[in-house]
Amino acid sequence: MHDTVLNTDAATSQGPEVTTMGLTMYRLSTWLKSPRPYLMFIGFAIVLGFWYLAVEVWKLPRFEDMPGLTEVFGEWFNKDPIYGLSVYTPEYYTHIGISLRRIAYAFLLATGLGVPLGLFLGWSKTFREFIFPLFEVLRPIPILAWVPLAIIIFAGSESPVVFLTFLASFFATTLNTMLGVESIDESYSRAASCLGASRWQVFRHVVIPGAMPYIFTGLQISIGVAWFSLVAGEMVSGQFGLGYLINTSYMMVEYPKIIIGMITLGIVGFASSAMVRVLGDYLMQWRVRELALGD
Amino acid sequence: MSEVLDRKVVADDSAKVDSDVAGRAAPEVTKGAICIDDVVKIYDPDGAAVMAVDHCSIDIPAGEICMIVGPSGCGKTTLLNAIAGFHDITSGSIHLDGELLCGPGKPEATPGSDRIVVFQNGALFPWKTNLENIAFGPLMAGKLSKSEIYDKARSMMADAGLSGTENNYPGEVSSGLRRRVEIVRALMNDPKVLLFDEPYRALDSLTKSVMHEALLEIYYRNKVTIFFITHDLEEAIFLGHRLIIMSSRPCKPKKIVDVDIPHPRDYSVLTSSRFREIMLEAKGVVHEEAQKAFDAGEKEG
Repeated sequence: MHDTVLNTDAATSQGPEVTTMGLTMYRLSTWLKSPRPYLMFIGFAIVLGFWYLAVEVWKLPRFEDMPGLTEVFGEWFNKDPIYGLSVYTPEYYTHIGISLRRIAYAFLLATGLGVPLGLFLGWSKTFREFIFPLFEVLRPIPILAWVPLAIIIFAGSESPVVFLTFLASFFATTLNTMLGVESIDESYSRAASCLGASRWQVFRHVVIPGAMPYIFTGLQISIGVAWFSLVAGEMVSGQFGLGYLINTSYMMVEYPKIIIGMITLGIVGFASSAMVRVLGDYLMQWRVRELALGD
Repeated sequence: MSEVLDRKVVADDSAKVDSDVAGRAAPEVTKGAICIDDVVKIYDPDGAAVMAVDHCSIDIPAGEICMIVGPSGCGKTTLLNAIAGFHDITSGSIHLDGELLCGPGKPEATPGSDRIVVFQNGALFPWKTNLENIAFGPLMAGKLSKSEIYDKARSMMADAGLSGTENNYPGEVSSGLRRRVEIVRALMNDPKVLLFDEPYRALDSLTKSVMHEALLEIYYRNKVTIFFITHDLEEAIFLGHRLIIMSSRPCKPKKIVDVDIPHPRDYSVLTSSRFREIMLEAKGVVHEEAQKAFDAGEKEG
């Protein structure tokens, strides 16, 4: 595997297929051989160690009311949790599930609308002049400022949260897609039209794949801001969800649950970005291979 | 190939400045004669009109390798883009085999697969494999079945020594190889004319010399008219039947040099005395224009 991947003089001896699986395994093995995983472990250890010492050993001022490391993890993995929430209670998964569902709806909607809109914004000058100024005025409005309007417009407690989550994602995706189209070297569309491609074929074979790297950067940002606005939305509206959990735990003075909610958010947030990244690598083999061979 | 070697061809008598010399285009090529007649291109980006091409007339007979030599930024690319159909001309006309590409009533040519550009920095689609890139033109045209197209693409790749790189992406192969793939991609469409916009500019001189021989080899097998922009005199004389030396901006032919070194050529030509004579003849003119361009503060590009 090493030989295939590292062979930069690909002209002659490059094997026909560098498989995705093979590439992943190769990356995993180099990663494990590098100091990075161990440095990462040290990073975690420092933060967790400081938390433990500050709260439970040194009892620093202002830290004393904070739940300690052992208390939080004890509660989190307790079969019979004091505050009624741990990995053994179904309620925990209800919160995660509902948040994930909201993210999924909002993210898919934002991608489904944002990518085509961004492609057209980048592709058609007229369309851009018509839509983009409006877009640029709406985009800087912080998501929190939309909260009252979202609650007024949308019925129930579910749709306002999904709307707020969607909104942030949508702006990130659209803008990056548009930049992606603009970033495409003019030679590519010229070459395509030289080779007899129609305007639509240029769009299909040049604009869409050419914008793909930016689109996926946009989706990475989009899924990040989706979690951000989801929590904001759940704190003010809606029932269940990790944001709701954190907020109500604060109200009810059940502090360990706040930390459990936060750490869980970190983990699911990370997992969802990783999924977007894996999907991007899968769709952009050419990029993965170029980067793997590049020196 | 040997027929081509020392045949003397009488030049098209409508040509503005040329003479009948050895090494001119092979007569079996009947498609791809370009007639550039009195073309003017004025850019008007911010009210200040800039003349890029000034009453330029060039006749290129079918099958000729015509080298357009001139200082950087002299407007050579403007001319190429007008032929390709990437932008309009202000006045004059360009015909391909007697058919109007652009001219009065039709300021902008329509890009088409009869005239294919090989770009300065290469324009293979990085998201398509070499094979998919080469099959692109016919696939878009949709006249042949997919399997016919891919079979043809594979055999053309084999002819050009590109076997084994079909499933590589352009980003995975060397830059010299990429240029070859790009030429094969163009030839897949049976173009009448190949338009080269300084394609080897970014290559180092060793790769360049290999590319020149490879290009000639491809040319001997698929005779097309070649309109080749360069500012490298050695390249121009080695490849071309004829050098059109352009004046610095506005661009217009200043001197035409016939390269009467018979084709097929290989790199031994470079050390021949005839090569040096032509070099000397051309160099003086080119240098003068380069100096003018420099004095006028033309930017590199």
